[in-house]
Amino acid sequence: MEAYLNLFVKSIFIENMIFAYFLGMCSYLAVSKTVKTAVGLGFAVIFVLAITVPINFLLDTYLLRPGALQWMDLSYAEIDLSFLSFIMFIAVIASMVQLVEMIVEKFAPALYGALGIFLPLIAVNCAILGGSLFMQQKDFSGVTESAVYGLGSGVGWLLAILAIAAIREKIIYSNVPAPLRGLGITFIITGLMALGFMSFMGIKL
Amino acid sequence: MVDKEAIPSKKTTLLFLNKESEPLFSKKNRALLTDPLDDDNPITVQVLGICSALAITVQLKPALVMSLSVVAVMGASNVIISILRNLIPNRIRIIVQLVVVASMVILVDQILRAYAYDVSKELSIFIGLIITNCIVMGRLEAFALGNGVWKSFLDGIGNAAGYGFILIIVAFFRELFGSGKLFGFQVIPDALYEMGYENNGLMLLSPMALITVGVFIWLQRARNRKLIEKN
Repeated sequence: MEAYLNLFVKSIFIENMIFAYFLGMCSYLAVSKTVKTAVGLGFAVIFVLAITVPINFLLDTYLLRPGALQWMDLSYAEIDLSFLSFIMFIAVIASMVQLVEMIVEKFAPALYGALGIFLPLIAVNCAILGGSLFMQQKDFSGVTESAVYGLGSGVGWLLAILAIAAIREKIIYSNVPAPLRGLGITFIITGLMALGFMSFMGIKL
Repeated sequence: MVDKEAIPSKKTTLLFLNKESEPLFSKKNRALLTDPLDDDNPITVQVLGICSALAITVQLKPALVMSLSVVAVMGASNVIISILRNLIPNRIRIIVQLVVVASMVILVDQILRAYAYDVSKELSIFIGLIITNCIVMGRLEAFALGNGVWKSFLDGIGNAAGYGFILIIVAFFRELFGSGKLFGFQVIPDALYEMGYENNGLMLLSPMALITVGVFIWLQRARNRKLIEKN
């Protein structure tokens, strides 16, 4: 239990998708003009990350990694399909996003109204594929661990986009030098926030 | 419904790269190649593809390899999508694009692993992330789906070059000030270190990539005032 909590906190703060790895920056910059839309996209990212990372973990363990096919037949033990992982992961992500969209539309129309437009965008959000690729590198021991990692990364992403959206709503009123307005100042603020987040480094529960 | 007589003519234009009237490097085509370097830069103006642009700019070498990979992937996938553009049903175009891009990325990844293993280890997941790099998808959607093969090729190469341009500038400053080296060779003389010069370790940390790009955008817009945003 403690290990899960540790991983959760670590994936939110220390290995924050945006501040440490710059993943999902495109939508982070494009959708952070108002807090409301930022929250919508943030929750959609949490949702999809928490689902796709464990699924891709299972795929990786039982199909792709060297020797993964052993459970079928011992003669398959030497097959290494890991070169297929990019295409498998992106296919899983694209189809899961579609599936999630349909399920949400059917069973939670209110949530669909809030997340609706953002869900299709998520298929090409670097943070989602990045989550799965990091999971592959980290050699997690079980599904729960990878699910916790996916959830934590999503929460970290929400935190980041929420913070920058709030700052951007306020910064309209400040006197920023004209060439720096918009994109430039957003980059610099994100840099300063990333510096702040570096202070979490080394924290261990 | 599609006009039956229009089909064969469409197919013939598919095969020819260009209609005879336009030279290969006409002014318009050259603009496709050079605009993304400055006025229409994918990173600083179109805000595409930032995800992978920042994380791998600590040193010049991985940045250069990454830029070349993106050039290769974008050139190839733009051409493929442009050839297929009249055959792809509109509804499933995203999946088709993803599959084409993912196959190209797998090729690049395997080649890097075979011939430049160290760099491919350093780039870790970021080669894979070219798949979701917004530049690739963005240009496929915005350009290759509606334009001829040669033009799409130029657009792909141009935008990838614009991306690589920023990557290399950022990597140049970060490596120079962060570790006093360029391409791994020391350029700041020892004498300077003896006089008390220190490498700026902050430049090696990830936040400085953001700030460097921010400052670059500032400089670019101060020079090119039509790019300034209202808010």
